Amino acid sequence: MPPNPKPATPLDLPDELRQKIDAIVSRYPESPRAAVLMVLHSLQGRFGYISEDGIRWTAERLGLEPVKVLEVVSFYPGFHQHPVGRLHFRVCRTLSCAMAGSIELMEKLCELKGIDIKAMHGHRNPVLVSDDGEVSVEYAECLAACGFAPVCMVNHDTHEHLTADKAADLLGQYRAKSGETSAAH
Amino acid sequence: MDSIRYIAGKEPHPRERRMIFRNVDREGWDTRFATYVADGGYLELRKALAMKPAEVTAEVRTSGLRGRGGAGFPTGVKWTFIPPDNTKPVYLICNADESEPGTFKDRYILHQDPHQLLEGMAIAAYAVGARKAFIYIREEFPDAARILEEAIDEAVRENILGENILGTEFSLEIIVHRGAGAYICGEETGLIESLEGKRPYPRIKPPYFPAALGLWMCPTIVNNVETLCHVKHVIAMGGSEYAAVGTRNNSGTRILCVSGDVVKPGYYEIEVGRMTLGELIDDVCGGMRPGRALKAVIPGGSSSKVLRGDETFTIRTPDGASSGLALRDIPLDFDTLAACGSMAGSGGVIVIDDSRSISWVLNNINAFYAHESCGQCTPCREGALWMRKITDRVVEGRGTPTDIDTLLSIAGQIEGRTICAFGEACAWPTQSFIHKFRDELTGATSEDNAAKASNPEAVAQRRYLAEAAAAGSAR
Repeated sequence: MPPNPKPATPLDLPDELRQKIDAIVSRYPESPRAAVLMVLHSLQGRFGYISEDGIRWTAERLGLEPVKVLEVVSFYPGFHQHPVGRLHFRVCRTLSCAMAGSIELMEKLCELKGIDIKAMHGHRNPVLVSDDGEVSVEYAECLAACGFAPVCMVNHDTHEHLTADKAADLLGQYRAKSGETSAAH
Repeated sequence: MDSIRYIAGKEPHPRERRMIFRNVDREGWDTRFATYVADGGYLELRKALAMKPAEVTAEVRTSGLRGRGGAGFPTGVKWTFIPPDNTKPVYLICNADESEPGTFKDRYILHQDPHQLLEGMAIAAYAVGARKAFIYIREEFPDAARILEEAIDEAVRENILGENILGTEFSLEIIVHRGAGAYICGEETGLIESLEGKRPYPRIKPPYFPAALGLWMCPTIVNNVETLCHVKHVIAMGGSEYAAVGTRNNSGTRILCVSGDVVKPGYYEIEVGRMTLGELIDDVCGGMRPGRALKAVIPGGSSSKVLRGDETFTIRTPDGASSGLALRDIPLDFDTLAACGSMAGSGGVIVIDDSRSISWVLNNINAFYAHESCGQCTPCREGALWMRKITDRVVEGRGTPTDIDTLLSIAGQIEGRTICAFGEACAWPTQSFIHKFRDELTGATSEDNAAKASNPEAVAQRRYLAEAAAAGSAR
């Protein structure tokens, strides 16, 4: 491996996560490289996105050149290279959902959070984050629940029949939920 | 199984025959091992382990089971493609990257009946000689990935998976591997590249047929979720009895996923070929939305060629005679849909009514393929985007009549000129929509646009000519 221009950054990983990643890598004795998606999922689960340090750390952990990790991160829409909102909305853009009003749902979400949807641009700028960092929005391609369109994911949850008129309520529910969580802490 | 009750409002339609979806929306059902076993689960695995692997494969061949992921290739035949003199490890991969637009069946198996899949996989792995298997699941199913991992842990504790399964010499490890949101990973060689930790650029076939040169260049069998579940039922019923379900050469049941402009969209499991498209739309799905007429059907996921609502197809019957078949009379099987110029694909039926603009529909589909092209082959990477840009401007009222022929020309230069079948998948919608709805598409364009000074092509052309002239005078 060529010398790393920047010393590998000791990412602030809790022991529990390190052990989880060790367990993941151990499932792929044939080739540690095969663990790259699963390791990146673990990091994104912890940090919300994949930072440059995350790429370097993953590369070092798996014995790869950083570019081998970067080429994966930059290919897949499922990995974010920049922080997303605390609530990340993925609105299905594909045919059955669009026919049922998913484009209007996206417009409504943007309107509710003062996001300028015109800044969204395919692969170049797929994710828009509200100024307060609460919400980010992104179009997804077919989320595989087409019979119950429009479909939208919020973080890990999938919501069906989510028409634009339900957007404000849904946002309210998530706010209430996060209020409970922070009150509990 | 009359005792099965389903959640109120989610009961199967009386015309359904539930095998794979038997436990989907079932009252009192959950994903625990104990629930599955109490219902007779894992008996087929025991039965299969008492057979020789080749006997299991023979039963699957006899059953006529065809892949439910899109291509409809006979599953048992696929399994026999592993080179007989192979000495390398064999891998089984379950393709759970369900992402063909219009398709939503695997989602419910993965979320509600994970042990059925694990049992099907264990039987398949035993038949093909795999000791390690992967479930490649799309990233957008995070809950299903967790459910599967829990189900695997339970199965290992119960010695259904792991070392020396049920006291036999057969061992199997199953690993859940999450994708990261790319449609191309549903293509089996793209999936394998992705699993290896690379960009999912599909491999060229030949020589990289997965059954010979797959994961880490070892023999690899890739089967769809639904297909692997069917394997369990083939063993339960025996190959010949299974083959009697459905119609000749189109055996078993399959799950049809109906979306779009019908009253009751949803998933319906039917005997292959024992229901017509008209019965599906009008009886099972409650017909078109009130006051609307059927305009078009995309019968097997967005890659399959569109059919017109008022079309009549001339097809050849097995005895050699030709017969006319109206769209609503098409039996839902693999072969008739192919004879009608489309395909059963992944079972995703998208119904479009007369309120929809065809150029808008085609543009939506083109945007999907432009976004999902992996970029490896130039015709697809560039062409898919060009087609999207052209339909963009048609939808915006800036198209010219020649755009329609340009679209056809681009599609024709993608089809057959790419490493994987994505090329066809992205060319076929454009080709078939133009073939079937040419007048409407042309009607959405205007001669006047070509002459407008603001036309982007006119601007580009003027700039090019000006630059060429400047370069010429400088010389």
